Amino acid sequence: MTRIKQNLVALNTLVLKEYHRIVRIWVQTLVPPAITMSLYFVIFGNLIGSRIGQMDGFGYMQYIAPGLIMMSVITNSYGNVVSSFFGAKFARHIEEMLVSPMPESLILIGHVAGGVVRGLLVGLLVTLIALFFTDLTPVHPWITISVVLLTAVVFALAGFINAVFARKFDDISIIPTFVLTPLTYLGGVFYSISLLPEFWQKVSMANPILYMVNAFRFGILGVSDIPLGRAYLIIFAFIIGLYTLALTLLKRGTGTRE
Amino acid sequence: MRALQIHGLTKTYGNGVQALKGIDLEVEEGEFCALLGPNGAGKTTAIGIMTSLVNKTAGSVAIFGHDIDQDVIGAKSCLGLVPQEINLNLFEKVQSIVVTQAGYYGIPRRQALERAERYLRELKLWDRRDDIARNLSGGMKRRLMIARALVHEPRLLILDEPTAGVDIEIRRSMWRFLRKINDQGTTIILTTHYLEEAESLCRHVAIIDEGRIIVNDPMSQVLRKLSVETLVFNLAEAVDGVAAIDGYAVRMIDPTTLEADVTSDRGVNGLFAALSERGLRVVSMRNKANRLEELFMRLVDSKEERGEHTAVAGR
Ligand SMILES: Nc1ncnc2c1ncn2[C@@H]1O[C@H](COP(=O)(O)OP(=O)(O)OP(=O)(O)O)[C@@H](O)[C@H]1O
Ligand SMILES: [Mg+2]
Repeated sequence: MTRIKQNLVALNTLVLKEYHRIVRIWVQTLVPPAITMSLYFVIFGNLIGSRIGQMDGFGYMQYIAPGLIMMSVITNSYGNVVSSFFGAKFARHIEEMLVSPMPESLILIGHVAGGVVRGLLVGLLVTLIALFFTDLTPVHPWITISVVLLTAVVFALAGFINAVFARKFDDISIIPTFVLTPLTYLGGVFYSISLLPEFWQKVSMANPILYMVNAFRFGILGVSDIPLGRAYLIIFAFIIGLYTLALTLLKRGTGTRE
Repeated sequence: MRALQIHGLTKTYGNGVQALKGIDLEVEEGEFCALLGPNGAGKTTAIGIMTSLVNKTAGSVAIFGHDIDQDVIGAKSCLGLVPQEINLNLFEKVQSIVVTQAGYYGIPRRQALERAERYLRELKLWDRRDDIARNLSGGMKRRLMIARALVHEPRLLILDEPTAGVDIEIRRSMWRFLRKINDQGTTIILTTHYLEEAESLCRHVAIIDEGRIIVNDPMSQVLRKLSVETLVFNLAEAVDGVAAIDGYAVRMIDPTTLEADVTSDRGVNGLFAALSERGLRVVSMRNKANRLEELFMRLVDSKEERGEHTAVAGR
């Protein structure tokens, strides 16, 4: 009983610490995505989008808005955990957690929660910006909320694993640059895959981000390139797989203990 | 109850360095124990394993009976660590660092704030509580790490060179502080390269060298082993030389300074008598080295003489 209470205090401490970190360095954590996404809305949505016409029966701006929100959630939940946990490893204050009786699972969950908080904060910010340009009234609010939340969890976990393996600062930008960004751009943020030749449609189906973006778009607009059930299945499979891997690494001490 | 029990502990790092070659060490509750050894002896490695920061290769460690393989949470709850290297989040505020650490140990925030205040005051950091850690001096950072290690009131406090680079005044006040918490019941293990610090604080000494424990005894017993001490005499008037004094090896360092080896069975009275007899007026006298230091050097030297330094012996 007291053990559970102590664990709750420890988890709360870690989550609050992560939250304070996000707010303290808001110029690095919240402002850049807001600026980038505003540019996307102005350039792709407004200037170019007006020439593109309809996509799946929606104005281009309205079509890409859910995709851009998801893109910022993905990048920021990943980015928060990878830089916070790697930073703690690098400056060694991760030892504050490692010497304490806080179980590994809570160290993981606390960091993931921090990533989710940042992902959702930025997602909310981008949504507010999007509302200046277009109307977004979710058709299926619960699907919208659950998909964005679960997706944030997936990428927070992935960011954690990246940080575990990272040895130098370069290592925390390699995966985002070479894996995450391409997969996101090709994950149906800007277009419906029905525009692609059949072969490339098949290839796109191997991209997990496609499912998340489309499930989110379904929540808001009611249209999707993929079956919703499969999207949830994939998201849960990733959460379980990544959580198990992250926890095993942490327990084994990979990247954290000599 | 034993605060610490280590058996057959070995550690081989990934790069093949064998930092610990099977050490056994027991520390009784309430003890103030020095863990000494030259650079690279394996002190920090041993401490890393006790505090779960380093994975062991083989052997067992128990903290107040909690084996780190079976009950690591129990073991960790009893421990406080002041590491050798600064491991503070330099952008976090002093008070928040201590309060956060308390939180990780499950101490509710109100109590954490009270304790943080108590220990920050004790360590003369309360005025700096709103500074970020980066703005503290090196000695202040060390004190902050002590406050952080104490906030959950551990039964065993391990300090890895806490006084490195700390000025003499602060060092003395740290000594007083450590004595006080030891008197209040906290078991302390301390590593240091200042042997007079170990001699004045600790009642027990363990010396590690090249991954092996070579001494593990009460301080008084260790010092008794020191059969020869070298004393330095400052003379009132310059001399040309000294004739041999029976039973004492006397050397002239400069015209007003003599050095003599004194064995414990003879004592110094005879030496003084002989010096007075020769009309030499001694102004002052001191030990050439701190006693523990002398012993320490002899242990390391004797090992060299025996050719145990493999690198030397091999060539
Ligand atoms: N992370 C590591 N990887 C590889 N070898 C290591 C590592 N840490 C320490 N060593 C090696 O292990 C041995 C013991 O090092 P350790 O830090 O335990 O010594 P120490 O007694 O604390 O020395 P000091 O007084 O200099 O702090 C040394 O040979 C060191 O080079
Ligand atoms: Mg060391």
